[in-house]
Amino acid sequence: MEILVCVKRVPDAAENEIAVEGGALRGDDLVYSVNEWDNYAVEEAIQIVEREGGSVTVVTVGDGESEEVLRREMAMGANQGLLLSDPAFAGADGLGLATVLAAAVRRGAYDLVLTGAQADDGAAQVGGMLAAILDWPFASLVNSIEAQGGLLRVGREIEGGAQEVSEIDLPCVLSIQTGINEPRYVGLRGIRKVASVELPVLDAAALGVAPAPARVRRIDYFVPPAGAGADMLTGSTAELAGQLVELLKAKGGLK
Amino acid sequence: MVPFSPATATLAGLPARIPFLLIPLAGLAVFAWIIRRRLEPLLRAAPDPRRGQTGARLRLVLKIWLAQWRHPRYLLAGVLHIILFFGFLVLGARSTQLVFLGFIDGFTLPGFGHAYDVVKDYAATATFAAVAILAVRRAAFRPARYAVPADMGKDHTPEALLILGMILTLLLSESLFEGSLLAATGGAASPLTLAWAFRHALASTPAPALGHLNLAAYAIHDLTFFLFLCFLPLGKHFHVITSLFNVFWMRVETGNVKPVRHGVGDAQLDEVKSFGVKKFEDFTWKHMLDFYSCADCGRCTDRCPANFVKRPLSPRFISIKARDYAFAHYPLLGEAVEGKPLVGSIFSEDEIWSCTTCGACEEECPLGIEYLDKIVDLRRGMVDEGLVPQSMQKPLGALEKRGNPWGKLEKKRADWAADAGVAVKQVDAGDTAPTLYFVDSISSYDDRMQKIAQASARILAKAEVDFVVLGKEEKDSGHDVRRFGEEMLFQSLKDHNTEGIRASQATRIVTNDPHALNALKHDYPGIPPVQHMSELIAAGLESGKLRMRAPADGRTYTYHDPCYLGRHNGVYDPPRQALDAIPGLKRVEMEGNCRDRSFCCGGGGLMLFYEPHEEQRMGVVRVEMARKAGADVIVTACPYCLTNIEDAIKVAGLEGKMEAIDLCELVDGHLEND
Repeated sequence: MEILVCVKRVPDAAENEIAVEGGALRGDDLVYSVNEWDNYAVEEAIQIVEREGGSVTVVTVGDGESEEVLRREMAMGANQGLLLSDPAFAGADGLGLATVLAAAVRRGAYDLVLTGAQADDGAAQVGGMLAAILDWPFASLVNSIEAQGGLLRVGREIEGGAQEVSEIDLPCVLSIQTGINEPRYVGLRGIRKVASVELPVLDAAALGVAPAPARVRRIDYFVPPAGAGADMLTGSTAELAGQLVELLKAKGGLK
Repeated sequence: MVPFSPATATLAGLPARIPFLLIPLAGLAVFAWIIRRRLEPLLRAAPDPRRGQTGARLRLVLKIWLAQWRHPRYLLAGVLHIILFFGFLVLGARSTQLVFLGFIDGFTLPGFGHAYDVVKDYAATATFAAVAILAVRRAAFRPARYAVPADMGKDHTPEALLILGMILTLLLSESLFEGSLLAATGGAASPLTLAWAFRHALASTPAPALGHLNLAAYAIHDLTFFLFLCFLPLGKHFHVITSLFNVFWMRVETGNVKPVRHGVGDAQLDEVKSFGVKKFEDFTWKHMLDFYSCADCGRCTDRCPANFVKRPLSPRFISIKARDYAFAHYPLLGEAVEGKPLVGSIFSEDEIWSCTTCGACEEECPLGIEYLDKIVDLRRGMVDEGLVPQSMQKPLGALEKRGNPWGKLEKKRADWAADAGVAVKQVDAGDTAPTLYFVDSISSYDDRMQKIAQASARILAKAEVDFVVLGKEEKDSGHDVRRFGEEMLFQSLKDHNTEGIRASQATRIVTNDPHALNALKHDYPGIPPVQHMSELIAAGLESGKLRMRAPADGRTYTYHDPCYLGRHNGVYDPPRQALDAIPGLKRVEMEGNCRDRSFCCGGGGLMLFYEPHEEQRMGVVRVEMARKAGADVIVTACPYCLTNIEDAIKVAGLEGKMEAIDLCELVDGHLEND
C-alpha cells in the first residue's frame, strides 16, 4: 500500500513557555517539533506497510526549516520525504493548504492519505478539505486501522467510551487520533542516518497550483486572564480523596 | 609396606591400572569437548579487551576469590561456602594425586608430605560437615532467596542436591580409601577425622576385605570425580571452574559505563551499524562468562530495590535466563541455532527499564558478575529500535532541544542564583574562576531543589572558594541519558558541556548532584577533577574554613547514602563527618541498609519519568527503614534522593512526623558566621 502522511512543524507546546506579543506567539526562545498527532499517523503508516507492504511518504507544506520534521519522520521509518515550498504558500488558510496537498497527492499513486486529527496550532480542517478536493472518502479521529482487501476497517471512539467501526473504500483520507499506537522513539542517531538523504522540493509551478488568498485570517492571539480562584479542598488525605470522588461523580467524570 | 594399591590390583583378571588410566583419559576428553562447546558463543561475542590493570586484577582475585571477601555478608551461607571453597582447594590436590595413584603405584605430588595429609583429612571432615548442613538447608529449610518463580524456569534444588551428593560421595570415598589403607597397615589417622572413623571402624576387618573396600572406594572416587568434573559446566556449578577467571576480569572501576563498542571511539560512533545488545551475540565475551559463572545464590536479587518493590526485574534471572538461552542455542551436540531478539523473548521491555542502576547487585555478587553494563547495553538496543516508553520520549526530546528534561528555557537555568544571597559568577557573562560549580538540571530548575543550589553557593562563598557556574551554557550532564541507552544524545550533551567547562578555565569542579559527579568523573574524559559538595564541606571543616554552631533541635538524624555518591564513588564518610561536626547532633545509622548496602530511593534522572509496574515505592520502603532506625530527619546528599524521599514521606502519611533535607541545606543552616 502506498501511503502519504501529511505532517506539520509546530511550536512544541510542551517545551515552550508561551509568550504572546502583539497578537502573535513571540518567536524568540521557541523550539519546534513534529505535530504530536502526526507522529501517530506516521507510526500507523509504518506499521501498515510492515504488514501489507508498500511504502510511506511524508509530506509537509512549509519553508526550508520544515525539512527537519520530514527528516525526523524518515528517521522513524518513512521511506521518502516531500517538501512543498513556495512563497505563495505562506499565510495559507486550511483550504489553501488542502489545495496544495491535493496537488501533491494527484502527482503520486497513493492508496491512502493520513493526517493528524489536528495540529497543535491548527483547526482540524485540512484532512476533511483534502478529501473533498480529491473527492475521496474521509474518516476522522481514527483510532484503529485494519486492511481488508480493497477496503479498510477503521475505528473511532465515540463520546462515552463506545467504539464505532466503519468500512471505507480505498483510496481514502483518514485523520488519525493519538493513542492509535505507541510511536517509536527517534534518537539523534536515527536523524543523522537520514541527514544526507536528498529531499525533493516542489513549488507552486511544479505542482501546478496557485492557492487563493486566505479567506480565514487570524486577527488576535492572547492568553486569557486567569479566572476567579479554584475550589480548595481541605481536610485529611482520606477526606480529600472522598471529596474529590464526590466532585468527580457530580461532574460526570466518574460513574 | 603398602599391602594393596589400585595400580597393582586386578579387576576381572585384568590389571586395574588399565581402567584407572582410561577413566581419566575419557573424563578429560569429554570435559575438554564440553568446554570447547561452551566457549563457542564467547568466540562470536562482542569484543572486550580487559587488558592491563593486572595489579588491580590480581588484588581482586586475592580479595574476592581467594579471601572470599563478600561471602560473610550472608553469614551462615557465606561461612559454609568459605569452608567448602578451601576444602575444594585442599582436596583438589588430593583428588589429583588419587587419579595418578590409579596407574602409578605410590604416587605423591611433589612437596605434599605428611603435613598435607593431616590438613586434607581435617579439610575433608570440615567440608563433609559443611556440605551436610548445606544439603539440609537446601532440602528442608529452603531459603526464600533460592525460590524460582513459575515464569523464570525450573527450580534448581534438585541440581544443588545432586552436586552436594556428589561432593559427599567424593569425601566419603576418599576417606574410606584412606581409612581402609590405615586399618590394613595399622597406621595412625588424624583424630576425629572421617579417615580416622573409617580406620577404627575397620580395625578388625581382615586384610583381603580391606583390599576390596579400598579398591571399591578408589573406583567410586575416580568415577565420581570425572562425572563431577563434566557435570560442572552443565549448570550453575560451572562457577567452580569459571570463578577464578570471572573475578580476574571483573569490573575494576565503578561508576563507569562500557563504550557502545570496545575499540570504537566516540567520534566514530556513527559508523557502528547497530547499537547495544539486541541478540545474544551482541553481549561481550565477559558478559557471557558472567552468565556461565552465576551460582544462583540470589544475593543480587535479594538486595535489588526494584525486585523488592515487585518491579518485574530480578538480576539473578537476567543471568540465569541468558545462561539457559546460551545452553539451548549452543548445544553440546549439534550446530548452534540462531535465536530471536532477546527483548521480547527472554527479557521484557519493562524488566530492562525497571533498573535504577543503583549497583546493589554488583556490590553483592561474590563472583564479580556485572549487571549495569548489560542493562545499559540492552537499553541501547531498545533505543536503537525505537522501543522507548512514551513517558520518557517527552523528556528525551526536551533534553535534545533544551538541554533539560522539562523543556524549561535555557536562559532561566541560573535563575536560582538571584535568591542565593551571594554573588554567583557565570561563564555566559564572561566570568571565569578556579572552581566550577556544576549545578545540573534538577538543582537548576526544580523549585524545591534550587534551595540546594542556593545553599551550595553560600557554603562555597563561606569557604572562600572563588567559583563560577556555566549558566545557560550548562546543559544536563546526560548521566542518566547515557544510562537509559541514548548514547548519541549523551555524546552531544557531553560535547557541549565540555566546551563550557574549558571556557570556565576552572581547575576543579564541584557539584551537589551525585549523578553529575558520576558523569563528570567517569563519562567526561579530559576535564578537571570533580568533587562532591560533601567532600568540599568535610575538607573545609578539617581546615577550619568552615565551622558549625550548635544545632537548633534535638531530633534524631540518619544519613541516606545516595547510590551514585556511595556505591559508585565510594564517598561514605565525608557526609557523615559533616553531620557529626554539628555540635550535639544525634545521628543513627539504618543498620544493615547503610553505606554500600544503601537502599535506592527510587532512582534519578529519567527514572523520574518512567512509570514502573510496582507494588510500592522504593522511597516509602526507605522512609520506613529510617523510621525503624529511630530517625526523625533523613539527610541525603542528592537532589533526586530528596525528591523521592520527600514524596515518599507524604505517600507514607508521615508528613509532619518525618522530614527530609539535603546535607548542603543542613550544613548551610549551621555554619558559623564570621
